[in-house]
Amino acid sequence: MKAAVIVFPGSNCDRDLARAFERAGLQVAMVWHKDTALPDGIDIVGIPGGFSFGDYLRCGAIAANAPIVGAVKAHADRGGYVLGICNGFQVLTETGLLPGALLRNAGLKYICRTIGLRVEAGSVYTEGYGTGTDIALPIAHHDGNYFADPHTLDSLEAEDRVAFRYTDNPNGSARDIAGVLSSNRRVLGMMPHPERASETAHGNEDGARLFAHLTAALTTA
Amino acid sequence: MKVRVHVMLKDGVLDPQGEAVRHALGALGFDGVGSVRQGKVIEMDLADGTSEAKIGEMCEKLLANTVIESYRIESL
Repeated sequence: MKAAVIVFPGSNCDRDLARAFERAGLQVAMVWHKDTALPDGIDIVGIPGGFSFGDYLRCGAIAANAPIVGAVKAHADRGGYVLGICNGFQVLTETGLLPGALLRNAGLKYICRTIGLRVEAGSVYTEGYGTGTDIALPIAHHDGNYFADPHTLDSLEAEDRVAFRYTDNPNGSARDIAGVLSSNRRVLGMMPHPERASETAHGNEDGARLFAHLTAALTTA
Repeated sequence: MKVRVHVMLKDGVLDPQGEAVRHALGALGFDGVGSVRQGKVIEMDLADGTSEAKIGEMCEKLLANTVIESYRIESL
């Protein structure tokens, strides 16, 4: 099973994400944003956290128009898996692969701490935890305040596409949403960082289960 | 030709930065500031004859995120 991690100027969680994929047993290719094609045989594309293009204009807006993103969209349209974390989630909403947008945190502060999450919707990303499980993951963002119009929020809930909710909303996100799935449940965007909580040395391994289950699910698929 | 694009958060979208500016104005003693909305202004120097439709496309594809923002094009 092979993963691609997209690298933009200003990405800073790309190697962390690659390491989390590798420790779960995936082969990883780092892919530069100016490339126009993914390597052959990619099962999942990871869009890492960071500050792509300095967060100019809007977080993720410039990255969403980078040359490689056409190939990522085509991969998703073919039913491929895509995981966007933090800035990666912002990029996925800017591309339209996921609904909504990430606004400035309601309290205006950059927040960097471990927060509580409840696992909700079923997917290859969340089944390792099981619905209703409480976990803890780090967040580190200034613009993580999830926004969508009420109709979109209602349909996300009706289709069971809220993957994670904050147990104590840190940033003003609508309906405590921390991560959402695409309608085919194969594209996940989330603000918390599972890759930063996936080894003993991190002091928290709640994130490792996401990568372990993902790899197992892709391997048996 | 020069155009100026005004990008604002849509009504109903919380603007915490505008709120913070409103509070700061109040703290400076300015009374009666009911609300503050903060947006962006983007000025562009374009080839003469660039159509309004083309500029609209620039706004839709990049300059504004129409999920949360509205835009207005002003010719200079």
